[in-house]
Amino acid sequence: MSTSALLTLDGLTKAYPGVVANDKVSFVIGTGEVHALLGENGAGKSTLVKMIYGLVKPDSGQMTLRGQPFEPAEPRQARADGIAMVFQHFSLFDALNVAENIALGMETPPPMRDLAARIREVSEAYGLPLDPYRTVGALSAGERQRVEIIRCLLQDPKLLIMDEPTSVLTPQEVEILFETLRKLKSEGTSILYISHKLEEIRALCDHATILRLGRNVGECIPAETSARDMAELMVGTALKTPERSDREFGAVALAISDLSVPAPSAFGTALQGLQLSVRRGEILGIGGVAGNGQDELLSVLSGEVTTPREAVMFDGRAIGHMGPTARRALGVLTAPEERLGHAAAPDMSLTENALLTGSVREGLDRRGFLRWGAARSFAEAIITSFDVRTPGPENAARSLSGGNLQKFVIGREVLQRPEVLVVNQPTWGVDAAAAAAIRQALLDLAAGGAAVICISQDLDELMEISDNFAALNEGTLSPPRPTTALTVEEIGLMMGGAHGMEVAHV
Amino acid sequence: MDLSAINPVLLIASLMVAATPLLLAAIGELVVEKSGVLNLGVEGMMITGAIAGFAAAVESGSPLAGFVAAALAGAVLSLLFAALTQIALANQVASGLALTLFGLGLSALMGQRYVGVKPPQMGRIDIPVLSDLPVVGRILFAHDVILYFGIALTAAVWVVLKFTRAGLVLRAVGENHEAAHALGYKVVRIRTLAILFGGACAGMGGAYISLIRVPQWTEGMTAGVGWIALALVVFASWKPWRALLGAYLFGGVTVVQLNLQAAGVAIPVEYLAMSPYLITILVLVILSADKSSAPASLGRSFHASR
Repeated sequence: MSTSALLTLDGLTKAYPGVVANDKVSFVIGTGEVHALLGENGAGKSTLVKMIYGLVKPDSGQMTLRGQPFEPAEPRQARADGIAMVFQHFSLFDALNVAENIALGMETPPPMRDLAARIREVSEAYGLPLDPYRTVGALSAGERQRVEIIRCLLQDPKLLIMDEPTSVLTPQEVEILFETLRKLKSEGTSILYISHKLEEIRALCDHATILRLGRNVGECIPAETSARDMAELMVGTALKTPERSDREFGAVALAISDLSVPAPSAFGTALQGLQLSVRRGEILGIGGVAGNGQDELLSVLSGEVTTPREAVMFDGRAIGHMGPTARRALGVLTAPEERLGHAAAPDMSLTENALLTGSVREGLDRRGFLRWGAARSFAEAIITSFDVRTPGPENAARSLSGGNLQKFVIGREVLQRPEVLVVNQPTWGVDAAAAAAIRQALLDLAAGGAAVICISQDLDELMEISDNFAALNEGTLSPPRPTTALTVEEIGLMMGGAHGMEVAHV
Repeated sequence: MDLSAINPVLLIASLMVAATPLLLAAIGELVVEKSGVLNLGVEGMMITGAIAGFAAAVESGSPLAGFVAAALAGAVLSLLFAALTQIALANQVASGLALTLFGLGLSALMGQRYVGVKPPQMGRIDIPVLSDLPVVGRILFAHDVILYFGIALTAAVWVVLKFTRAGLVLRAVGENHEAAHALGYKVVRIRTLAILFGGACAGMGGAYISLIRVPQWTEGMTAGVGWIALALVVFASWKPWRALLGAYLFGGVTVVQLNLQAAGVAIPVEYLAMSPYLITILVLVILSADKSSAPASLGRSFHASR
């Protein structure tokens, strides 16, 4: 497939204070090749692509582009040399329209009217139709990604870098994206595809480079390598799959009946006609693309948004009117998605963070005075039992890596002996070993008779741990179905299919 | 009470004069906020511009030199704000308040020698034929240069923000500084330039008060116009023409209430004096039903590593 080398990386090294992000990384991307860059969070993938895109300067090592030395000082220069990048967290401006967003990513944009015509033309040609005059804030995640891709395509790139492009897409949308990428490849464009979703890489990529702790630990041809082998290369040890034991479901622990909640903000989602029930011992998985009501559902369950009394029932008691503290006292606990800001206070210590949600159930305060000793031992208990890597509970939450803080946040709730636990994105940005530990903890919790609601965008995770699966799509929740009987195709349709997007005309 | 003493032509002409300091300051702050920076130091920069412009005009004998000096003084003071917030990453609200207090004190110190001094007069533009037209001539064609400059600046800011690439980049930086940085735009540089522009505009607005509107120097003579300018930007939904409308409304009510006071209307003076503030805010609150246009990064510090 690859006839000649497009970009050669040779011994790239980049160190940050206290951590070597990339240690002598070398590999070659061929012309017209789809090259996968595999690795866990913190393996150094992002730093590496930032060096290629000119956002970060390497400490040592060379890059060669088409035989010429390549040292981009800034993204502008990298773009001029035919390198384009689709960012993981979209680098779009909500208040501007599609054409303005695209113009911002170009060196010498044509006048708006010509640009709009070109956007229409190119987006149709690649099967990604877009209206240039729509405001980006009103677009779905899949459409936003289209904007980024079209922005890149208009520059006629030689190398397209895609950082975790499918994490926000439904399976159907992923298929459309892959068609587009295959068409690009057939036109001779190289693609550097960053992901940790192994099956996608096997379906799409010609070649894979695997990074672990900043080092290149292996290369493989994905089509000829099993997903398990690649995963073990990535993690470095044999993977332990969470074990699910057969459980008996008990009585209904938490139920929501016919609840509608208006959108909390202009870009929020309204919940419509919500029906939900979860039994003791059951794990209910709730899937769906981000922004379809996950945060709103969580706040209804946690009590941040109160509802009519009877709309939320716990063990036959109406709790809809109760706030988070009252619900915690009953045993309805939640661990929200955003670690820094929602689930934890970044600048407070782990002890203080443990106190913030644990004080009610763990008795960490007495007549308004804090019991620091008890709070500290509770924090230490979380650190030990969930293997949180930190020098001690006096460290600020912000100083922990994402995965470690996530373990702390989940552990804090699990150790409070919940009757009902609601988690949102429990393993987001967590490495595979830690993710497995968190999933095992949720399974154990359910086995102990608690009801668990797991909201996640990671379908593999939901398939692995949940007993029943329901999908959120534009604020409505599909009826739950047993996970074991579901296919990926059906899940995709439950999530809203391709949201009316067209398949590439290839 | 004698309402017939109020001459509508003179009234309109003088409301434009009353509105210009507010308009200049608001347009400057609008650009600053569009770039995502909240500078609460407008009042401080205005009063510093007022005394710097006044002193320069008195010493040089040229009001135009005074305006240049005022713009420079406002920009220099805003540079302090830029250094604090863009380089040292200090809190923007606290830095802006500090700038206002600093400006008020500094101007009082600088102005000690100038109390009671009369500044040189700014000439009116006199266009033959046009200026002599009845009514229209007096309202539209017989003002000083700076007043026209203020209107031209409003138009220019509108054109730049809406139709040019520079304006698009500025809006992008104010909307999402991380994304703008990822695309290779120099967030800190763009914001610093916007802050300097805002400072220069506020300085000129201040000098307009001390050189043309009043014209004399007294301590604290801006009397909260800087704060009204800040409110005006928000209530004008960050739109230049609405800021102009708001400024003229404020100027208009100010002039009318002064005339009413002079005519001896039986409303307590205090109510008349507060009416410009009340009515301007009321009207703009009604106008600003769509709050969506606030720059999303407004007031947030940017550091490239985060």
